[in-house]
Amino acid sequence: MQAFTTINSIAAPLDRANIDTDAIIPKQFLKSIKRSGFGPNLFDEWRYLDHGEVGMDNSKRPLNPDFVLNNPKYAGAQILLARENFGCGSSREHAPWALEDFGFKAIIAPSFADIFYNNCFKNGILPIVLSHGVVDALFAYKGEIGVDLESQCVTTSANTYSFEVDAERKRRLLNGLDDIALTLQYEDDIRHFEVKHFKRHPWL
Amino acid sequence: MAQTLYDKLMSAHIVREQDGATLIYIDRQLIHEVTSPQAFEGLALANRKPWRIEANLAVPDHNVPTTERSSGVSGIEDPISRLQVETLDKNCAEFEINEIPMNDIRQGIVHVIGPEQGATLPGMSIVCGDSHTSTHGALGAMAFGIGTSEVEHVLATGCLWQSKAKNLKIEVNGALNPHVSAKDIALYIIGQIGTAGGTGYAIEFCGSSIEDLSVEGRMTLCNMAIEAGARVGMVAVDQKTVDYVQGKPFSPSGDNWTKAVDYWQTLHSDEGAFFDKSIIINASDIELQVTWGTSPEMVIDINGSVPDPSKESDPVKAESIRNALSYIHLEPNTPIKSVEIDKVFIGSCTNSRIEDLRAAAAVAKGKKIANNVKLALVVPGSGLIKKQAEEEGLDTIFTDAGFEWREPGCSMCLAMNADKLEVGERCASTSNRNFEGRQGQGSFTHLVSPALAAASAIAGHFSGVN
Repeated sequence: MQAFTTINSIAAPLDRANIDTDAIIPKQFLKSIKRSGFGPNLFDEWRYLDHGEVGMDNSKRPLNPDFVLNNPKYAGAQILLARENFGCGSSREHAPWALEDFGFKAIIAPSFADIFYNNCFKNGILPIVLSHGVVDALFAYKGEIGVDLESQCVTTSANTYSFEVDAERKRRLLNGLDDIALTLQYEDDIRHFEVKHFKRHPWL
Repeated sequence: MAQTLYDKLMSAHIVREQDGATLIYIDRQLIHEVTSPQAFEGLALANRKPWRIEANLAVPDHNVPTTERSSGVSGIEDPISRLQVETLDKNCAEFEINEIPMNDIRQGIVHVIGPEQGATLPGMSIVCGDSHTSTHGALGAMAFGIGTSEVEHVLATGCLWQSKAKNLKIEVNGALNPHVSAKDIALYIIGQIGTAGGTGYAIEFCGSSIEDLSVEGRMTLCNMAIEAGARVGMVAVDQKTVDYVQGKPFSPSGDNWTKAVDYWQTLHSDEGAFFDKSIIINASDIELQVTWGTSPEMVIDINGSVPDPSKESDPVKAESIRNALSYIHLEPNTPIKSVEIDKVFIGSCTNSRIEDLRAAAAVAKGKKIANNVKLALVVPGSGLIKKQAEEEGLDTIFTDAGFEWREPGCSMCLAMNADKLEVGERCASTSNRNFEGRQGQGSFTHLVSPALAAASAIAGHFSGVN
C-alpha cells in the first residue's frame, strides 16, 4: 500500500448527500477479478451519457458535461469533497479502488458509512471527517487545500482545520504498512487464543 | 458488570488490544465470487495459506443465472460472469476451501445458506465480503460485512482488526398489524432513523414484536440493519433460535450440542446493560411500507403519498427529495397506490426464505398478475428452499398466477446476472436497496414486503394486501 503523508490539491466538489457505493462504481464493473483499472468507470452513470459496460473504450464515450469530474477546472484533483454518509450501501472495495485509480487520495465529508471508511484505509485513501460548517466553507473555497496526516490538519489560505483519526490507522497509513504482515507478528497470541476458544467452545 | 449482547460477543473474541484497535478472532468467513478473487490473488502472491481452512465456506450467488442451468458454469452466457464463478471454483479447489458449487442443491444466496446449513451459529463471529452479512446476527451471532482486503486478512490470519461499535437498542413492542412483516418493521425503522442513523453502532433488536418474529423474520430485519448504517444487527438467542439451529448439517450434536445450548442461552443483554442510544417503537404504528425514492429511508405507508419538497424546511433534504423524484419519475403528492409497476421481484437475501415465499403465494393464490406487469419473478434463496416450496405446491401457485419460478441466486436485487430492469421500468421489489441504477441503469426500484409485492403484481400498481 502507498504511504500517505501530505497532499496539496484543489478539491472536486460533489455536492450530494448519501452517495452510495453503487453510484461510485456500478455493479457491472464488479465482475472484474482484478484490483486495478476501475478509475475510468468511477461514477460511471453520472459521468457518461451512455450506458457503460465492461470492455468499452471509455475515451470514446460521451461525457456528461454537467458532472463535476468532467469539469476541466477539477482535472487532477486529489481531494474529493462530499456531503454526509458518503460511501453508504454495498461493502464493495471496488469503490475505493476506483477512487484511488482515478487519482483521489483524500475524501472530505461530514460523515462516512462505516465499511467504506474502513476500506479507504486499506487502499491508501484518507477519509477526513469535518463538521458541516467546515465542509460548507470548503465547498465555497476555490483554492488549493492542504492535507497533512501527521499533524491531522486540513489547511486553506486562511484557515487550518484539525481532524480526528484513529492512532493505529494513522500509523499504518503514514507508513504504508501491510496489515497482514503486522497481524502475523502476533501469531502466538492468535494460537493461544485459539486453544482457549476451542476448549471453551468445542462445537466450533 | 452488566453487558450487552454485542459486548459479550466482542469480548469473547478478543485476541489482542492496542491503541484503540482490537484484534478479534473470526469463527466463520463466508465467501462469494464477487468480493473474493482479489483476496485469493493477494494470498497467492504473498505465498500465504488460509489460517484455518475449515473456518471458510464459499458459494457463488451474485452472477449465477436463475434460468435453466443444466449445462453448469460453462453455460453462463456472460463471459465475465462466468469467469468470476470459475475463478471462485478454482480458488476454492486450490486453497482447499469448502465450496457449495452452482449446481449443488444446497447452493443459494450466501446469507440464506449460512443459517440454513448451520454454518451460522449463535455466538459466532462471522464475516463476509458483503454488507448484508448483518443478516446472521438474527441468530445471536456477531456478523458484519467487510471489504476485499479484509477478506484476504481473515483468510491469512483468522483475525480482523476492529474498533468497538457503540450499542443501539431498538425495541419494538406489541402485536403487528395484519399483513405487516419483518420487512415493514425494517423499512419503518430506517424511515425513522435514516440511512446513517445506525452508523457506528451495533443494533440489538428486542421487544415483544421481535420475540414474536420467526428466526427467518429476524434475518430479514437484521439484514436491513446495514441500510440504517449499522454493520451489525442482532437479536438475542431464545428457544426459537435453538430450535432453528438444531439438526442443521454444520450444527453440533451429542455432548457438544448440550454444551453449545448452555452457552447460547447466555447470549442476551444483561438486565441494566448500558446502551449508548435506545429507541422504542409501537408495533401498532407500523403499516405496510413502500419506498418512493432512491434511498431506503425514503419510505411511506401504502396509504401515503409521495412527499412534496416544497413542504420540506431543511434545504438539503428538500434537494434530496427533488433529486430522487426527478430520477424516479414521480410527482409530489402522488398517492403511492396509484403508481403502476412494470415488473415484480420476489427474492434476495432479505426476502427469499420459505416464509417469504409462503406469504407471497398466499396472496397470489388463484389470482393472475395484471396485464401491465411484464415480468414477475420469484427467485428462492437456495436450492433447498426451492425444493421445499415445490413440495408445498408454491411453485404451481406462482406459475398459475403468471409469475416465473426461477433457480436460486441474488438475481435482480443487484442485477449482476441477466435479471435486470430496462431503462424506465418500475419494479416492486422485495430486495434491500433502491439506489439509482441498482436493478439496471435508469430503472426505478420500490422496496416492499413479499405480500405487498405479490398484491401489487396482481393489481398492476402498488396495493395493500386483502
